[in-house]
Order: sequence, then structure tokens, then C-alpha cells
Amino acid sequence: MAAKTLYDKLWDAHLVHQNEDGSSLIYIDRQLVHEVTSPQAFEGLRLAGRKPWRATANLAMPDHNVPTTDRAAGVAGITDPVSRLQVETLDKNCVDFAIPEFTMADIRQGIVHVVSPEQGATLPGMTLVCGDSHTSTHGALAALAHGVGTSEVEHVLATQCLIQKKSKNMRIRVEGKIPIGVTAKDIVLAIIGKLGTAGGTGYAIEFSGSAIRELSIEGRMTVCNMTIEAGARAGMIAVDDKTIDYVKGRPFAPKGEDWGKAVAAWADLHSDEDAVFDCEIVLDVTDIEPQVTWGTSPEMVAPISGCVPDPQREPDSVKRSGMQRALEYIGLKANTAITDISIDKVFIGSCTNSRIEDLRAAAAVAKGRKVADSVSLAMVVPGSGLVKKQAEAEGLDKIFAEAGFEWRQPGCSMCLAMNADRLEPGERCASTSNRNFEGRQGQGGRTHLVSPQMAAAAAVAGHFVDVRDFTLESR
Amino acid sequence: MQAFTQHNGLCVPLDRPNVDTDAIIPKQFLKSIKRSGFGANLFDEWRYLDRGEPGQEVSTRKINPDFVLNQPRYAGASILLTRDNFGCGSSREHAPWALEDYGFRTIIAPSFADIFYNNCFKNGILPIVLDSDIVDQLFKQVAANEGYALTIDLVAQTVTDPAGQQFSFTLDAFRKHCLLHGLDDIDLTLQHVDAIKSFEQKHRAASPWLFAD
Ligand code: SF4
Repeated sequence: MAAKTLYDKLWDAHLVHQNEDGSSLIYIDRQLVHEVTSPQAFEGLRLAGRKPWRATANLAMPDHNVPTTDRAAGVAGITDPVSRLQVETLDKNCVDFAIPEFTMADIRQGIVHVVSPEQGATLPGMTLVCGDSHTSTHGALAALAHGVGTSEVEHVLATQCLIQKKSKNMRIRVEGKIPIGVTAKDIVLAIIGKLGTAGGTGYAIEFSGSAIRELSIEGRMTVCNMTIEAGARAGMIAVDDKTIDYVKGRPFAPKGEDWGKAVAAWADLHSDEDAVFDCEIVLDVTDIEPQVTWGTSPEMVAPISGCVPDPQREPDSVKRSGMQRALEYIGLKANTAITDISIDKVFIGSCTNSRIEDLRAAAAVAKGRKVADSVSLAMVVPGSGLVKKQAEAEGLDKIFAEAGFEWRQPGCSMCLAMNADRLEPGERCASTSNRNFEGRQGQGGRTHLVSPQMAAAAAVAGHFVDVRDFTLESR
Repeated sequence: MQAFTQHNGLCVPLDRPNVDTDAIIPKQFLKSIKRSGFGANLFDEWRYLDRGEPGQEVSTRKINPDFVLNQPRYAGASILLTRDNFGCGSSREHAPWALEDYGFRTIIAPSFADIFYNNCFKNGILPIVLDSDIVDQLFKQVAANEGYALTIDLVAQTVTDPAGQQFSFTLDAFRKHCLLHGLDDIDLTLQHVDAIKSFEQKHRAASPWLFAD
């Protein structure tokens, strides 16, 4: 039998039907549903008189619109009537169509991409989709996972399948020992800097290599999460012992006899030795530094010791004007040292970096220090109710509060500013999220993407600093 | 879905790469639970000088006269000419909904982001990939000629400029078929109900833990 990549294996195991031109029907094991990209899909079902094919294959929760402050009044307490209606609509649709949902009042509620793995609702070997581009996150557990549009949400609800054309295979091997102070976030930003935001278009990317194996499962999720920022819909990582340990005992994970069978089946979830990739890239992590984006696209990234680049030195004219426009928007001059960039706000959260390890890492920097006076708001938004609970059990909330950070309720929050958390025009933010697009965190807002510890360090210093210069109290 | 066979329309140039879906339709408008009405807020942050909020009366808003869509010579344009990686970022289908609602039927670029490209076909929009040299040439021609219109023929898979010069493009046979006939994907898939059911049965037997309801 021909050698297969991990992606080939996942694809083949879910192929229902293939048309002559290669477009295929792929069976979907799990769909995650949130309030923003689902109302029109449910409406479509209703209009056509259709029912979900397998309601329990779905898991829904509101995350984008939910307030991160007082939740005592529940959905009724959402002040923006349009946001409230959207959350109410999700609740109603889930009742009407018998879709399992973690409502706002449920402690398990949070950002879909944090909650699903946490619950074991993401399993190795699965196909998983969601009307959200950061669905790539789930590939960290050797699942084939990617974002879809609302028409496809409806399609999966109605048929449990997706019409797809197979992507090409790319492997990114990340080798070497990860330096201290460098995180999964820095690795993936460095990859995007190298590959460009369209470098992965048309590919499914497998991340491998010693550095990837060194990462925790949560770190791997951070890497896969941002695969879409390199243009690839899906990123994935082979199963190893860490994967199995992570999944074991989670509420939706296989139990009893099934557990043994599942683990045996998952052992095959890796690329065969001699599998062929259409494209292969190798990255050495040993000289990666903590990264900071300087522009309005995630590929516009520099090491902390670096400077804002000079568009004059860019030979490609389209790129040059893009850089100029980015610098104008972000309000920075060419050749400014990254460490000279002052910030107004700090956001620690999002499906990229709001898991317990992220919060621990940020807290280790914040501990015994204070947010700089020049920083008007530093907020920490846990990815789920359970992450929040765990952090509180470890006393992280106190460390943050003592340092002057606000400790919030779980949700997407200022990652995209659909709720009340947003930047004002001209405000500059150190953010652990994944997109620094114009207006992403609020119209006119300026976003710099960094790791959780770099965000915490920037909060303390009032400008970007190399977190490696901080002495970290061991916790 | 609206079928697409042939289209002749005014072309508007949006000369920047990496136009993301946040720029195409900013998040505050994603709160709508409807599928229509997004056209008024297409490229909202570029098109208007004030901050856009859902439900606002558009006629009272401050227009940004510098933004290309607001220039009188491009009023009524239905073909968007742009640069690499158009539609990157969020998977929101609100982006093609907004483009379609505004009146765009075709987008021409050297490359598109995957999810966006796919979403276009579900909404009667034809995304056309042309070589960057050709796109460059089109940019020059649009700038030089007021009223510059292109003719798109989906059956022949060609773009024809006013001088009669033709450029061919490629696309999947399946997507072409669906777009030409305005077919609904779900109906098509449901023709394979038996295949889905028998796959599901096998899948359940092999991996019962995926079906633990
Ligand atoms: S945290 Fe941000 S990127 Fe992640 S799902 Fe929410 S809005 Fe999207």
C-alpha cells in the first residue's frame, strides 16, 4: 500500500463519495456551533423543512458576543440588544433542533476551540468543522479540523457531510530545543513570518519535528490555531503519548472497553515513514526569539530585538505599498526598535492563548509586579469557565488582580471586539490573540500579537520588552 | 442561489493585497441573524468616515470620498478587481453576502483565501483567478479608461476586455456545474443518502466512541 500522510489517512477514513473532478463527500464526526455563524444555517433548515442528520454530533455554545463582566443576569443581562438576540437565537435553535449546548450559565461555556478539546469532544482521528476559521486548533489532537462558511454549517447539519476537494500536503518540521522564553506562539508567528499569510493556501499542514513534540498539547493547539493565518485551513500534529494522556478521562472521551480500542486505532495517526509531501519546510527553533507583530497582517512580525522594517528596502512594489499602508495605520515609523513601542492596553485571552498554561505563564511574569501606570487596561479573559475555575483554584486570579489586571468571564472578548471589550481609535494593544488586522479589536485600534508572557511583560513595562530579561519567580 | 452564466459589468479596482474578511464586513454587522442587508456595510471602515453600527441610517453617514467604491466613475460596479489573497482571515460567509448584496457578481484576483473562495460559490459569486501579470495589466487599463467593463463567460471560462482580448481561467467542473445551474448543495448531497448511511454504519462499527450520544 502506498505510504500516506496523516492528512491522507484522515481524509481516506472519512471519504463517502468522490466525484469525477475530485470533489468529494467527506463525513463529519463533530460540528461545533456558535451564535455568530449559525442563525442563517438553522433558518435555512427551517425553510427547507429539514432536520439535523445527527443532532448529537454537534456541540453548541455562545462565545463571540457574551459579556466578560457581570453575568449574574444571564442572557437577559447582555446590554446590546443585537448581541442579546443572537445569543437568544442560538439558545432557541438548540432547543428546537435538539442540539447539545453549553449555555451562558453553564460553567463549561467558553470559546468553542478551548471548550471542545477540554471536554474531549475533539478526539484524535475525527473530522471536525465549525463556522469559524480557527477550527484548525483541533488538529493538535490529530483530527482533521477546519473552518467552514454558514452554508456549509447548514450542509453539515442536514447531511453530516461536507463537499470538499482534497488539499495538498505540506509538512513543516520544527526542529531543535526550544529556547527559554520562547513559546508555541513565537514559533507559529515565526513560521507565518517565513511562509507569509498565503504561503499555506491550498495545503493541509502537518507540523512535526522535535520542537513540536516538546510542546505540550496546549502549545500544539496554539500552533495549529494559527495555521489559518498562514492561509492553510487545517493544521495537524500526529498522535503521541502526550495526546493520549491529554484525552484520557475527559467527559466526552471513550470509556471502558472503547478506550483501549480507540487508543489502538489512534496509534496509526501519523504520517508513514516514506510518505510524500507536496511541500516541505524546515525551521530551526534554536535561534528564534520572542516575536512581536508590527503591522496589520500576522506575517508582519519581528523578533523582540529587532526593528520595524523599512518599506524603502522592500523591492516588491505591491508589498512595499502594503507595508507603507500598514505603518500608517499602526502609527509607527520605519526602523523603530520594537522595545520602543509603548502600549495602552493589554489583552490576554482568545482561542490562541487562553488556556490554563497560558494563564500560568502570564501570571509567572505578573507575580509581584504592577501594571504600568501608562497602561489604561490590562485584561485576562480565560478561555472557558473551567479554565477560569482552575486558575482560581491555583490563585492566578489573585496574582493578576494584585498586579492590576482585570480578571474576566470567559469568551472571545477583545480578540474581535464583538462585545463591549474593544480598543478606541488609535489605542495600541499587546494582544495574545491571532489577528492584527485593521479594526480587528475596535475601529482604528492597533494590535500587536505576542505570547502571554510577552503580553504580561509589556503590561508591566508599558512597552514591549524581552521577557527573557525578567527574572521569573518560580511558582 | 442565483445562477451564473454570462456577465458584463463595470470593473472597480481595489488595489491592495490581503484584503481580509474583517475589512470586507466588520464584526459589528455579524450580529445580524439574517442573510441579507449586508451590502450597505461592505468595506464599512474604508467606505465611511464615522464608526458604523448595525441598524444605522446609511444616508446620514459620512462618506470617505477617497475610497475607490465611492468614486462616481465606479458607481454600479459589479466586478471587483483586486490583489493576492483576497478574503483571508475569518470564515464569515457574511463577506460574500455583503459583496453580493452590494451588487458584485465576480471578483478577479491573482489568488484567494481558501474558505472565502469556497463561500463565494455558495452565493452566486464567481471568484476568478488570473495570473498576476494579467491582473496588473487590468489594473492599468481600469485606471486609464473610464467606464471600463469586462465580460465574463462562465461556460467558456473567459474574461473579455473592451478591446476583445480574452483571458481564460480555470475552475472545478463541479463548482462550475453548480454555479451555472444555481444548484443547492444540500439537495445534491442528499442524492447520496444511501452512500452516507452505509458509510456511517461502517464508521460506527469501527469507531463506536465517535457515536457515543
Ligand atoms: S477567540 Fe477570537 S479567533 Fe478565537 S473564535 Fe473567538 S473571535 Fe475567533
